[in-house]
Amino acid sequence: MQVALDTVWDWLGEVPDPEIPVISLTDLGIIRDVAWDRETLVVTVTPTYSGCPATTLINLEIESALRGHGVEHIRLERQLSPAWTTDWISAEGREKLKAYGIAPPVDGTAADGKTVALAARLLGQGNLVIECPRCGSHETEKVSQFGSTPCKAAYRCKSCLEPFDYFKCI
Amino acid sequence: MTAASTTLDPAVYADWLMRLGDNTLILGHRLSEWCGHSPVLEEDIAMANTALDLIGQTQLWLGLAGEVEGKGRTADNLAYLRDASRFRNVLLLERPNGDFGQTLMRQFLFDAFHLELLKSLQTSGDPRVAEIAGKAIKEVAYHLERSADLVIRLGDGTEESHSRMQTALDDLWPYVGEFFVSDDIDKAVADAGIGPDPADLKAAWRQTVDEVLRAATLNVPGEGYVHKGGKRGIHTEHLGFILAEMQFLQRAYPGATW
Repeated sequence: MQVALDTVWDWLGEVPDPEIPVISLTDLGIIRDVAWDRETLVVTVTPTYSGCPATTLINLEIESALRGHGVEHIRLERQLSPAWTTDWISAEGREKLKAYGIAPPVDGTAADGKTVALAARLLGQGNLVIECPRCGSHETEKVSQFGSTPCKAAYRCKSCLEPFDYFKCI
Repeated sequence: MTAASTTLDPAVYADWLMRLGDNTLILGHRLSEWCGHSPVLEEDIAMANTALDLIGQTQLWLGLAGEVEGKGRTADNLAYLRDASRFRNVLLLERPNGDFGQTLMRQFLFDAFHLELLKSLQTSGDPRVAEIAGKAIKEVAYHLERSADLVIRLGDGTEESHSRMQTALDDLWPYVGEFFVSDDIDKAVADAGIGPDPADLKAAWRQTVDEVLRAATLNVPGEGYVHKGGKRGIHTEHLGFILAEMQFLQRAYPGATW
């Protein structure tokens, strides 16, 4: 029996991201499409980072969640293009990240590899303002561009002195 | 399958894709050797993360190489069951890690090239190549920003860090020329509209390198002898040691999974 696609989206909205379990796979924006191909439910997933070790686990969780809801035939398809971007993280997902202690991405600030801009930043110009998810201070500084996972950068708040993760833009 | 890629000999096309995948595989493996050994925790994490991105990209490139080759070989087969003479990475990337400065300089020189290469591949005539490049370039932009940042900080740092970075640059410079050497395989791929002529990437690479090295107060060596051969499978003695470690499990226990 073909369940309504809206229902399937709701089910997927309850599957947590294995790395950051406060947000769901739909909050993260990695489910690109859900469709029925006759009796088979086809879920199209895009990876966040190409080497993200959670990808296999995510596929497994999608499959087991859908089976749990009684879907018998499932096909997972990988879609690389358009490449995942943090712009696709939902507004609700961003609030959840913040409440969890991870500063959500500031859209439009992805790295472009331009080293001129980099030199300016090293001179203290054009620094990205990241709000501390704990105390709300704008007095924060980057410790490292790579945090606990490739998708995050390590920051430190100069007001409350707590370290925190920033979900960087890609 | 696009019209362009059908005119290209699959063996030639697969060989070219292995150059892309072997570059990311060997550099990714080299970086992973630092795991647990970096001077500071943040850098340990950053190098492991960069390695992870590169190994992820390897899965995509070698996966496509296996698909194009059409002999049923997977990305894992290609990574773990080829001998050194079948590897197609440039020689720079198999250089031993050396000190932290050597590792960073190697990373920077490659990242600057990698970004230009991926920019060009984003408009490849084969959409499978274009989409992998479109994915990888986002990650590589961060690699370049980090390595350029650290090359500047260390070059324009203390007397000790400056001299180590200059030594690293002088030691590695003879290997960068290989990025831009075009051979018959590059030409065939360029003619098919799939990839660039590597020589065309040099000007943009040089601009980034000059800009960063100037800010790092380092002297760019002159054009001299160019070590090459990796793209054709003629490697330095270092690759064999990498493969001995990387391939040990699949060689000792063929087909092992867990």
